[in-house]
Amino acid sequence: MSSLFEKIWRDHVIADLGDGVALIAIDRLMLHERTGGVALKAVTQAGRAVASPERVFAVMDHIVDTLPGRSDDTLMPTGKAFIIETRDAAKAAGITLFDLGDPRQGICHVVSPEQGIVLPGATLVCPDSHTGTQGAFGALAWGIGSSEAEHALITGTLRVRRPLTMRITVSGRLAAGVSAKDLALHLIARIGSDGAQGYAVEFAGQGIAALDIEQRQTLCNMATEMSAFSALIAPDEVTFAALTGRPLAPAGALWDQAVEAWRELVSDADARFDREIAVDAADVEPMISWGTSPQQAVPVTAVVPAYEEGRSRGTAANHARSLSYMGLEDGVALKGLPIDAVFIGSCTNSRLSDLRRAAKQVAGRKVAPGVRAICVPGSGAVKAAAEAEGIAATLIEAGFEWREPGCSMCFFAGGESFGLRERVLSTTNRNFESRQGPETRTHIASPELVAASAIAGCIADPREGAPA
Amino acid sequence: MSRDPIQTIEGSALPLLFDNIDTDIIIPSREMKSVGKTGLADGLFAGWRYVAVGSREAKPDFLMNRPPFDKAVVLIAGENVGCGSSREHAVWALHEYGFRAVVAPSFNPIFRNNCVRNGVVPVQLPADQAGALGEAIQAADGAEPVIVDLDAMTVRSGATGPFAFVLEDDARLMLCNGWDAVDLSLQHKGAIDGWRDADRQRRPWIYLKAGR
Repeated sequence: MSSLFEKIWRDHVIADLGDGVALIAIDRLMLHERTGGVALKAVTQAGRAVASPERVFAVMDHIVDTLPGRSDDTLMPTGKAFIIETRDAAKAAGITLFDLGDPRQGICHVVSPEQGIVLPGATLVCPDSHTGTQGAFGALAWGIGSSEAEHALITGTLRVRRPLTMRITVSGRLAAGVSAKDLALHLIARIGSDGAQGYAVEFAGQGIAALDIEQRQTLCNMATEMSAFSALIAPDEVTFAALTGRPLAPAGALWDQAVEAWRELVSDADARFDREIAVDAADVEPMISWGTSPQQAVPVTAVVPAYEEGRSRGTAANHARSLSYMGLEDGVALKGLPIDAVFIGSCTNSRLSDLRRAAKQVAGRKVAPGVRAICVPGSGAVKAAAEAEGIAATLIEAGFEWREPGCSMCFFAGGESFGLRERVLSTTNRNFESRQGPETRTHIASPELVAASAIAGCIADPREGAPA
Repeated sequence: MSRDPIQTIEGSALPLLFDNIDTDIIIPSREMKSVGKTGLADGLFAGWRYVAVGSREAKPDFLMNRPPFDKAVVLIAGENVGCGSSREHAVWALHEYGFRAVVAPSFNPIFRNNCVRNGVVPVQLPADQAGALGEAIQAADGAEPVIVDLDAMTVRSGATGPFAFVLEDDARLMLCNGWDAVDLSLQHKGAIDGWRDADRQRRPWIYLKAGR
């Protein structure tokens, strides 16, 4: 009677360090130029070496420019140094680097599945908080800091306090116009942005089985915004199909051997969880955030909720601060609120199916006058596929900027930002203060809602107006 | 790689009693300017601390800009402190500025680990106790120092507390002794190598190499 989490954990314990902490074997490690370069440099400065370079992979995603014709130069004054130092350190350490100009380059959590770096049952870490995204493949994947990355690089292990387990069982199916992003925001609004703190979350049930692999990644990505240690979905035929033929996935007889092992990676029928939550997918509507925490989200048809002692999350002061920052008041209708810009991209929603759904909303129409619209594909592979399929052309014709892959304006590490107090609709995962620019008012939502709003020039319900 | 051992932390505290103080607030991305762990203290709380982006003109109504809060060694925060980006720069900036402990009802797990790895004590207290401590300090305008005692595992300030807190042994050993986690883990080198050798047989697909 073991849960999926327990099976992977048990398989990776090297030593019990007492008091709930274990030394855990780390199978694969990803780095990026924002925090990975610091870790690689620190390893060398300490006179140590990367233990298993063949199991370490680095990408350029956080700081790189995403404008067409980019080079190592960034809009952020010192960004170039991060790129060059990470490149040099990666080469010196002998690790695989998906560099600028490499068609495989892109956002770490998009690239890893494309390359087969993440595999079911593996432990995978990256100094990036959204690493749990990759748990969609039945891997135990979690975000770490740079010191822990150094530790993993040198020892091939991490000292980890064993998390509790939570199962979120989703029954029913999501309605048309509703996607995994909405399910995620619905859950976060319900349990809070610290609702899964200390837990490894397993998403299960027919509502999850019905999701394609990219929707599963979106859902696991957003588990970070519930403060989950990691998120997991048991691998199934959908997972195996998604990994077939990937460069670092096994092939031939080894594939068959691996799949046989991966089929065991399910929670046993009698597995016990420390907390269980049930949700009916049919109850989920298109969601949008109104505040400065992902938990401050409501259906797009709702108004900004008034603070209610004992019912609202956080304090009245937090509520007031969020509203003041966002330039909103209690009772304001979200639908119809004018917007200045939209951003489609990020490790949450930059995959081919995300762009496909966005394109469907804008096909044959034009972005509203005065609205800046940006779309940044998650990887070189996504970009190429979107161009081949005509998605890029649809978005460009509608008035979207079409960019090179990277994290881009999910946050302004690359030095690029939206304007002061601009109201921005974004497919990203965070609506924090000044995340996308100075005092930028970010509302997070699904690609279809963001795309529909770009056309309307105001917050719009994707279920209305778009061709079926 | 080891750092100074910590026994007792004593000094003024900065109460910022908001929930979800994320790492973007602690240090905005634009303030992480070098490929290293230093030069970050100036960017600490930049968005709240200065009048405008890129400016170094202090915002008068931000508590950290006036004594004794400008010399704080303990940060007191609300629920879910350190949520958001995994950037360890948030803890490096806190430490470089002089903070040695963060008191909060709950911590983001990555931030908490980053604290332990960098000599900042994560002091988790029930919300009413953390709130009482913060409010007492605000009421006294920071006159009383806060004392985090790692022998007794308590925190107090003036007549408020002492409140007991808990740290797992592994974290406590590293903080109190200044031990480095890498050194500790390498003591298990035999077990690590043994596990890998067996795993190569068990799951050979994990060890495939990337082509060019």
